[in-house]
Amino acid sequence: MPIIQGFEYYKPTSASEVLKILSKYKNPAILAGGTDLINNLKTETDQPDAVVDIKGIKTLRGIALKNGVLTIGAAVTFSDLIDSKIINTKFPVIAEVARTVGSVGVRNRATMIGNICSAVACADSSPLLIAYEATVVVQEKKGKRKIPVEKWFKGNKRTAIKKNEMVIAVEIPLPAKKYAGCFVKMGRYSGEDLAQASVLILALPENRYRVAFGAVGPVPVRAKKLESLLNGHEVSDDLIAKSKKIIPTIISPITDIRASKEYRLHMCQVMFERGLKAAVSRSKGNGPAYGHSLI
Amino acid sequence: MKRTMTFTLNGRRVRIDVEPQEILLEVLRDRLGVKSPKCGCDKGDCGSCSVMINGKTIRSCLVLAIEVDGQRVMTIEGLMQNNELTPLQQSFIEQNSFQCGFCAPGIILSATELLERNPRPSEEQVKEAIAGNLCRCTGYQPIIDAITHLTRVSVSHQDNEKRKEVRP
Repeated sequence: MPIIQGFEYYKPTSASEVLKILSKYKNPAILAGGTDLINNLKTETDQPDAVVDIKGIKTLRGIALKNGVLTIGAAVTFSDLIDSKIINTKFPVIAEVARTVGSVGVRNRATMIGNICSAVACADSSPLLIAYEATVVVQEKKGKRKIPVEKWFKGNKRTAIKKNEMVIAVEIPLPAKKYAGCFVKMGRYSGEDLAQASVLILALPENRYRVAFGAVGPVPVRAKKLESLLNGHEVSDDLIAKSKKIIPTIISPITDIRASKEYRLHMCQVMFERGLKAAVSRSKGNGPAYGHSLI
Repeated sequence: MKRTMTFTLNGRRVRIDVEPQEILLEVLRDRLGVKSPKCGCDKGDCGSCSVMINGKTIRSCLVLAIEVDGQRVMTIEGLMQNNELTPLQQSFIEQNSFQCGFCAPGIILSATELLERNPRPSEEQVKEAIAGNLCRCTGYQPIIDAITHLTRVSVSHQDNEKRKEVRP
């Protein structure tokens, strides 16, 4: 399908150039991987007057860990994340999430920042970044603005970004020296599919936990109520049963073409139990390898 | 506004004028006559439009042609060397891994990328690598066989030689 509407194309080499171009147009779009944007151009969901390709900006391609904070640049693809040594040693859950995104051909192009800028409800990066308490770094004319991920998602496909701004990176603090996590994603089949529901769990030292749900509402849900029930306790069958009971008070998924709300809710409980057990056993040095499917 | 761009297509320099909104897949097929990438789903799900940019498979239906200005693009037409099929292509023939052939260019490129990165993949890794390439004819097993067969026989050079002799 061709793209009907014409636009200007730019490929600047610095973020300040991007901002200059953005300010010249009424409705500009930023292009990184394009796996969402090009589809939206074809369906005319987006009709920009200019497309600004940021793949020419070298500073946006980096993955770096400094003073306990991981920075992922806006042009870093999911394949880059899967191949990164820092990610695999210090943030293996990020690689586990990245491996569930689309297929190799999509991951070679699609970026994590693009994923959270599109901000569709089923974005795989959303529960991950919420659980890691990440920060979105936005460049504006006057300088940088940092937005906690909790305040980033405003609704389905809506974020806290303003006109004449661009996201240049996400910053993810290392939650502890030694910790483990688990991402469980339910699609119709393994391989490439969108999430019908997803759960991300981090098991931190001293029996502290973080839990986030994805694709069960317009924005990702950090389950703080669940965390306070779990925090300070060893995971036991009794505790898991209690936790599963309160999940329906935390999330309220909808019925749509891909799954019913009852199925999503039930599976969130199943995925929470399996994910929690896997995260805890990984933190003890055993448990399933990262990337191993639990459903 | 039309822009002039140059890129390497299967080892040859190509210079072409494109509108910014032209899709790479359409430029390859309709303007440059390279017909191996196919338009299947046209939204990045089926993998039949796969081509390589700088050695990595991508969905050419989701790339603007202008994005590959200055890059290296390879389609399956560029895979043969000295007019000979690669061992992987040969294996696809021997294992009877195509029927209609619509998905084959994409699957062979995906498998080529996998084998370049990991010459001895497990069956699970093979499945993962081609998960984004849909085939509606074969049921996938012959395709997986073609790839894993190759990784098994390439263990020893002797086996390779034997294989050549058997070939009609």
